[in-house]
Amino acid sequence: MAMEYEAVIGLEVHAEMLTESKVFCACSAKFGAPPNENTCPVCLAMPGSLPVLNRRVVEFAIKAGLAINCSIARYSRWARKNYFYPDLPKGYQISQYELPLCTGGWIEIAPEGAAPRRIRLTRIHMEEDTGKNIHDAHGDASLVDFNRCGVPLLEIVSEPDMHCAAEAGAYLRKLRSLLRYLEVCDGNMEEGSFRCDANVSIRPRGTTELGTKVEVKNMNSFRAVEKAIAFELERQAEVLDQGGRLTQETRHWDPDREVTRPSRSKEFAHDYRYFPDPDLLPLVVSDAWVEAVRGQLPELPDERRDRFVRDYVIPTYDAEVLTSRKDVADYYEAAVRAHNNPKALSNWVMGDVLRLVRERKLDDALVIRAWPVSPEHLAAMVAMIDSGQISGKIAKTVFEEMVTSGTAPDRIVAEKGLTQVTDDGPIQAAIESVLAANTAKVDEYRSGKDKLFGFFVGQVMKATQGKANPQKVNELLKAMLAG
Amino acid sequence: MSALYRLTIDAARRALAKREVSAVELTEAVLARIEATDGRLRSFITVTPEAALAQARAADERLSVGAAPPLCGIPLAIKDVILTQGIRSTAGSKILGNFIAPYNATVTQRLLRDGAVCVGKVNCDEFAMGSSTENSAFAVTRNPWNLDCVPGGSSGGSASAVAAAQCLGALGTDTGGSIRQPAACCGVVGIKPTYGRVSRYGVVAYASSLDQVGPLARSVTDCAHLLNGIAGHDPRDSTSINRAVPDFVAALGTDLKGLRLGLPQEYFVEGIAPEVEQSVRKAVQQLQALGARVDEVSLPHTQYAIAAYYLIATAEASSNLARYDGIKYGYRAEGDALLEMYCRTRAQGFGAEVKRRIMLGTYALSSGYYDAYYLKAQKVRTLIREDFLRVLETCNAIVTPTTPTTAFPIGEKTSDPLQMYLEDVFTVSVNLAGLPGLSLPCGFDRRGLPIGLQIIGRPFDEETTLRVGHAYEQATEWHLRQAGAIED
Repeated sequence: MAMEYEAVIGLEVHAEMLTESKVFCACSAKFGAPPNENTCPVCLAMPGSLPVLNRRVVEFAIKAGLAINCSIARYSRWARKNYFYPDLPKGYQISQYELPLCTGGWIEIAPEGAAPRRIRLTRIHMEEDTGKNIHDAHGDASLVDFNRCGVPLLEIVSEPDMHCAAEAGAYLRKLRSLLRYLEVCDGNMEEGSFRCDANVSIRPRGTTELGTKVEVKNMNSFRAVEKAIAFELERQAEVLDQGGRLTQETRHWDPDREVTRPSRSKEFAHDYRYFPDPDLLPLVVSDAWVEAVRGQLPELPDERRDRFVRDYVIPTYDAEVLTSRKDVADYYEAAVRAHNNPKALSNWVMGDVLRLVRERKLDDALVIRAWPVSPEHLAAMVAMIDSGQISGKIAKTVFEEMVTSGTAPDRIVAEKGLTQVTDDGPIQAAIESVLAANTAKVDEYRSGKDKLFGFFVGQVMKATQGKANPQKVNELLKAMLAG
Repeated sequence: MSALYRLTIDAARRALAKREVSAVELTEAVLARIEATDGRLRSFITVTPEAALAQARAADERLSVGAAPPLCGIPLAIKDVILTQGIRSTAGSKILGNFIAPYNATVTQRLLRDGAVCVGKVNCDEFAMGSSTENSAFAVTRNPWNLDCVPGGSSGGSASAVAAAQCLGALGTDTGGSIRQPAACCGVVGIKPTYGRVSRYGVVAYASSLDQVGPLARSVTDCAHLLNGIAGHDPRDSTSINRAVPDFVAALGTDLKGLRLGLPQEYFVEGIAPEVEQSVRKAVQQLQALGARVDEVSLPHTQYAIAAYYLIATAEASSNLARYDGIKYGYRAEGDALLEMYCRTRAQGFGAEVKRRIMLGTYALSSGYYDAYYLKAQKVRTLIREDFLRVLETCNAIVTPTTPTTAFPIGEKTSDPLQMYLEDVFTVSVNLAGLPGLSLPCGFDRRGLPIGLQIIGRPFDEETTLRVGHAYEQATEWHLRQAGAIED
């Protein structure tokens, strides 16, 4: 009989910070410049060059630390991590080791259908990104692009607190959402500005000793992280079930074949020879600085979600979706301010609005660049539904028209004659003609086939081009069929 | 007037200001002197006559319109670990043998901004690692007092060029004694400023927490002039201190009344040459005669300084030199794969002493050894600094010999690295403690080789350090003797 296992998962995230310039020089930190354009003697590791810390990087890291409930060290140190690689021009990476800026902290996750729980963080530290090796672009030779070299990174290390792939996914989404709220990282996994490695092990359920850890790399989407972890958990269980032993190793996720496989590159037992960087002073952060940064923190997703539930009386699920991005939440609140029907607006935003954003790719990593309709127009349209001026069905048409033309909903309704018909006369007339055209069905209905009621409603709506007030149609139809 | 190239900076400065001599004449005299002597001395790796003359002409223009900075038109030499834009900067190494710096070190830039003339780049031990300049990949520099002897190191080219009047002053760097020890060996004046006083930006790093740029010249006053030119905060160097720089020349005086000097007993022990000890003790009497009170003091952790230094310096060096990988600049050896290219490049590009120190430092930082070596050495460093700071609470400065012996014959210590490391026994502590240290001539041994006196000051008190040296120098004539192995 197969043993029952518990999964133990910890995640290491590298998030590129959205500062204007690099962490130790004044070069631009922007993505996408021609190769080696954003470089200088410092990030190229010219002899004699020295790092000078970008204050904004520390500010961003404090921001992230506070938002993730970490304690901010008043004294931390820069350390050198020594290893040779062509994309690392100094032969060492400036990072933090023994004394990181942020320690502790937690993120609350609520995977679908599960109770919320906290994932603890080990630490957050700052470091510099490496350059990029480009292979196969130039015959036999490999090329190096140092643009990314020195772009500031946050390394965010969780405790091994997650127990399934879904929890890992929920943690990552929450973390990304937080960093985006803070405008610290754009969270773009495809472009590599938000990268994740997973430490995965299993142990017999009920035991406490950690199993052999496997580090999984090369996952560049949330789905990939979840799939890779799920695959890895299954693989490890299989090995143990067959009486095998797991090796501590690094495995790469192969997104095409959806398997993890041992790293091809030779795994040296790395000794990074960390030591404090003598070119940089210890980092001293004053209470006043921390408090100043705390004062600048925006309302964070959890608080905002709870407020939405409280103030707008919408379901937690809605609030969660609406607050997962700052710009979506801002949009939603602008609409609610314009017309106070939070639940109806929530349905529209989560439904048609975000569907269009996705379909038309109106968002980049950090912001939705263009909304299909303005929050004011959306609110005005919902107001027209609520006042009975248009039906919900007509609203779909109005919405599409707003998206296409950008025109205000009242003008669309006026120009296209879409105002809802609520007077008995025209509706009765439509019902009469429908009943007259379907005498056989009328008989069936009257002999007990209740289900046909919907058919008649549909026909009447069709006859009125959807403009008839559905409630009125129901009332009158019932009466006339009973007739 | 004797030959122009014999002028001190202070004298040349006045002559230039009065237009008694032009910067071009002075520079031409110095270039001719280099031409005539450097075949035997090998002080220089690169001489830059065209650039120097262009700078001299520009200096003359500034001088002719009136007030120019004190260093305007003064021909200087720069140690080859200090970057000079457009001019090869080798650090004495084959691995940078073809390296032309794309930018100036801050100190270079400051000197050029003041109108100084750079006549060339002077030889040194590879990456400033050594005490004899024999570790240069390019040449063995000779001591102008005796061509069979070393000039000291690592700033041996700077010291020999100053002593042989191939320049009026020079920049060196000092990580464990590399300005003071060659200054002592060549009978010139050199000062290592307080760590943080002078920018390290653009200086090829050996050991970042110890490296400091400083001047070598033929008088204390000249060193003060040069220090005025290079000192001060640099936003490009996080370890340079943002604090006011005094006028070091104005601070000089000839009176030492009211000053208390410490004489550490640990610096007069076995291994010190009797002639060195005698000269230093005589110098101490001279200082007392000038009004200073001298007390015996103790620096109890002195004996651990060499060990701590060779762990910390090599650890930092092992990391600092990792960038020389053949990828971006400098020497590259062919290899079929990346690892092979790395290994061959570094095997062929670095000399034996550099490799020795990289290995030593790598070992000291390795997991399992870090605590016992690097961390322990850092603790010793703290104790050594505390020793000094305690003594300097009551003493204004500390007086010691600069080196245990005078210059030694070329080749004598190359096969015995440990013996070579002991050359630094009196100087490394000053770097570990981050203090200013001055060396100036205080006598000659019976073979006619110069003996150096070291003055160690309080942190950022180069003024007192220089003042003590200046008072002594003005009361003696050692600094006026000319190196005899190279004739005029």
